[in-house]
Amino acid sequence: MPVEILKETWTGAVQIVTLGATPAEGGTRGRTVTVGGERTLPFLHFEAPMPHRPALAVEIKDRRPDDWSPVLLRAWGDVVDDPGAWAQAAAAAGADLILLALSLTDADGRPTTPAAAVAAVRKVLSACSLPLAVFGPGQADADNELLVAVAEATKGERLLLGICEDKNYRTIVATALANGHLVNARTPMDVNLAKQLNILITDMGMPLDRIIMDPTTGAVGYGFEYGYSVMERLRLAALQGDRMTQLPMLVTPGFEAWKTKEAKVGNGVPAAWGDWEARAINWETLTALGLLEAGADILVLRHPESVRRLRLAIEGLMKG
Amino acid sequence: MALTGIQIYKLLPQTNCKDCGFPTCLAFAMKLAAKQVELSACPHVSESAKAQLAESAAPPVRLVTVRSDGAEVKVGNEVVLFRHEKTFYNRPGLIVRVGDDLAPSALEAKVAAADAYRVTYVGIDLGIDGFAVESVKGDPAAFAAAVQAVRRHSRKPLVLTAPSASVLGAGLEMLGAGETPLLGVATADNWRDMAGLAQKAKSPLIVRGNTLDELATLTGQIKDMGVEDMVLDPAVRDFAGHLTLSTLIRRLALKKNFRPLGYPLIAFPAAAGDPAVELMLAAQAILKYAGFVVIDHFAPEAVYPLLVLRQNIYTDPQKPIQVQPGLYEINNPKPEDPVLVTTNFSITYFSVANEVEGSGLPAWLVVADAEGMSVLTAWAAGKFDAERIAKDVKRFGVADRVSRRRLVIPGHVAVLSGELEGELPDWEIRVGPREAVDLPRYMREALMN
Ligand code: SF4
Repeated sequence: MPVEILKETWTGAVQIVTLGATPAEGGTRGRTVTVGGERTLPFLHFEAPMPHRPALAVEIKDRRPDDWSPVLLRAWGDVVDDPGAWAQAAAAAGADLILLALSLTDADGRPTTPAAAVAAVRKVLSACSLPLAVFGPGQADADNELLVAVAEATKGERLLLGICEDKNYRTIVATALANGHLVNARTPMDVNLAKQLNILITDMGMPLDRIIMDPTTGAVGYGFEYGYSVMERLRLAALQGDRMTQLPMLVTPGFEAWKTKEAKVGNGVPAAWGDWEARAINWETLTALGLLEAGADILVLRHPESVRRLRLAIEGLMKG
Repeated sequence: MALTGIQIYKLLPQTNCKDCGFPTCLAFAMKLAAKQVELSACPHVSESAKAQLAESAAPPVRLVTVRSDGAEVKVGNEVVLFRHEKTFYNRPGLIVRVGDDLAPSALEAKVAAADAYRVTYVGIDLGIDGFAVESVKGDPAAFAAAVQAVRRHSRKPLVLTAPSASVLGAGLEMLGAGETPLLGVATADNWRDMAGLAQKAKSPLIVRGNTLDELATLTGQIKDMGVEDMVLDPAVRDFAGHLTLSTLIRRLALKKNFRPLGYPLIAFPAAAGDPAVELMLAAQAILKYAGFVVIDHFAPEAVYPLLVLRQNIYTDPQKPIQVQPGLYEINNPKPEDPVLVTTNFSITYFSVANEVEGSGLPAWLVVADAEGMSVLTAWAAGKFDAERIAKDVKRFGVADRVSRRRLVIPGHVAVLSGELEGELPDWEIRVGPREAVDLPRYMREALMN
C-alpha cells in the first residue's frame, strides 16, 4: 500500500551564526564554527537538509573549580589547574569550541579581577585555536566588569559573551558591538521572555547573526521537560516565521546535570542509582541528547565521555 | 477518514437532552470531532450511527494492552506530536530483553535483578515494565524453556518473539490462560501464521516492515484476519532513520487519521551494540513516540535516568506536579530548630525534603505557594517574592510553632533577603545554598550557632 510521505512546509529559517574569527577575518582562531540555518525540525532531512551540524562546546574554568563533582575532576586530571592545558585537553576530547566560565573569586576567595580574567582568556586563546565562548560568573555586576575587560582585550575574535540577561544586556551588548563579538542571550525557560530579550538586544543594533539564545534548561529529573518544551516551542515559532525566535540555541546540559545529586554524590545514595561515575555521565548524556532532539545548536558539556557519546549521536542524526 | 463536527452532529439524535454532560448535541459533536470525549457518553445514538461513528471516534493511535497475570502495560492513544500541545498520555513500556541463547543461569540472574529493580523519584516508585523473550536459536524447546525460566522470576508482562509461528507457539503455551503477551514478529514472509496465532491467543502482534508501504500493507492484511491490536516496528535501528520514520508514522496517524499506521511503535535500541549508544537511542525512542522500548543491557545507572526521563516527558504540561503548600515537619523539629523556605514545585520540594531528611537534622520546612514552579522560575515569574513568602509564613502560623525566628531562603533568591526583612521585621533572614544537595552541610556548618 503506497503511503503518502507527509511533509511540513515551513516559511521560516533559523539564523546562521558563525563563532570565532580566523586571521583573515580579524581574529586568531584556526577555524570557525557555524551553526543554525535549519528550515525544519531537528534532523528531519527528508523535509530540508540541516545545513550545519550542532556543535559541542566543552566547559572549562579559569582555575580549579571548588564545587565540581570529583568524577569530573578525576576525568580531567591536572589540567584543571591551567586553563590553557585544559582547553587543549578539551580540544583533544573532541570539542568544537571551548566555553571558559570565569569564577566569581580566586582560590583565596578574593573577587576575580578583570586583569586575571583577561589573562585566563589569553591563555586559552594562545593554547588552543578553537573558537571560544567566555561566560562570567553569573552575577550581573561581576559579569559586566569582567566581560567588558575581556571583550576589549580580544577585539575581533568573535567570542561568544555570556551571560547576557535582562539585568545586564545593555553593557554586554554594547561591548560586544564595539569589539566584534557575539552575545549569548539567556532567559529562564520561557518563550516570551526569550523573544523579549532578543528584541531588546536587536534594538540596540546588534545584528541577528551575532546573537545566540540560551533558553536555559533543567537536567533530567530537575525540570528537564520545561526546558525541552520551551525549546520545541521556540523552534516551531522560528519555523513559522517569528523573527525574534529564529536564533540558534545554546544550552548547558553539562552544568545542569553535574549539579544534580545523582552526579555529585557517590555515598549514601540508594543502591538503585547504580554506579556513581556511570550514572553521572549517563545523566549528562541523556539530558544533552534530549535537548539536541528539541533543537539545540550548541551543547555545552563537561565530561569527555559525554563529548564522545554526543558526537556519535550527532553523526547518527546527521546521516540523512 | 475523520468526520467533522457537523457530519457527526447529523448522526446524533439532535434532541439536546444533555445526558452526555454537554448542553447540546452540537457541542458534544464538536468535542467528539476533537477527540476529547468518547461516543459512549451519549446513551441515545442509534446502532447504525454508532457503526458510522466508530471509525471516527477511534483514537488515531490505537490503545494496545499487554497483560500478564496481575500486571499490564497500556500504550498508544496519543493525540499530539509535541507534548506542549496537550500531553503524552501512556508512558512507553520499558522492556528488558533476554535471548534463549543465554546460559540458563545468566538468563535467570538477569531477569531476577531486573524484576526486583525499584527506584523512587519524587515519591513515585518506578521499575521496568516487562521482559522480551527472544528465540535466537529457532528451537521450540529452547524457547519454551527460556519463557519458563523468565516466569520463574517475574510475573511482569511479556513480549515473545520468534522467527516462526511454530516456535512462538511453543513459548506461548508456557503462559497462563489470562495472559496476553505481545507476540512477534510478523513480517512479509510469515504474517499469515503469525496473525493466525495472535488471533487465537487474542494477543497483540508486532509487525515489521522494511518500508512504510510494506508496513501499511501488512497491517491491512493482518487486520483482515481478525487481529486488531498491532505494534509497529519500522525496522530502522539508527538515530536518523528511527527519528524520521517514527515522526512520519505519528504524523500520518494524527493528521491524516491513517489507520494502517495508527498503532503504537516498538523500538529496539540494543541493535547498536554499544551500551552507551543503546542508552541514547532508548532516550530518543522515549522522546519520539515509542510505545515499547526494548533494551538489552540492564544496569541500574542506565535504567534510572531512562525511567526519570520517561516520567518527565509524560507529565502533563498543563498541570505542574505540585505538593500542598504548608508547614512541613522534618525529623521531628523542636521550636528552636531552623525554618527553611522552598516552593511547592514537587521536584523542588522532594529535593529539599530528601536532603534534610537524609541529613538527620530536624527542621521546619515552609512550602510556599509558588503555583507549582521551581525557585528560579517562580521568582522570575513573580510567584516567589518577599510578599508571598511573608504571607505564607503568617498564613501557616509558623511564628506560633517556633521559638527562634530564623528563616532560611534559597540561595537563588538571595536578593529577596532585604525586602523580606522588611516584610517580616521580627525574623532573622538567612541565605541558604542554591542547591538542595548542599543543604546538609549548610545546616551543619552555618546554622549551628
Ligand atoms: S446525550 Fe446524546 S442526544 Fe443527548 S444531548 Fe448529548 S449528544 Fe445529544
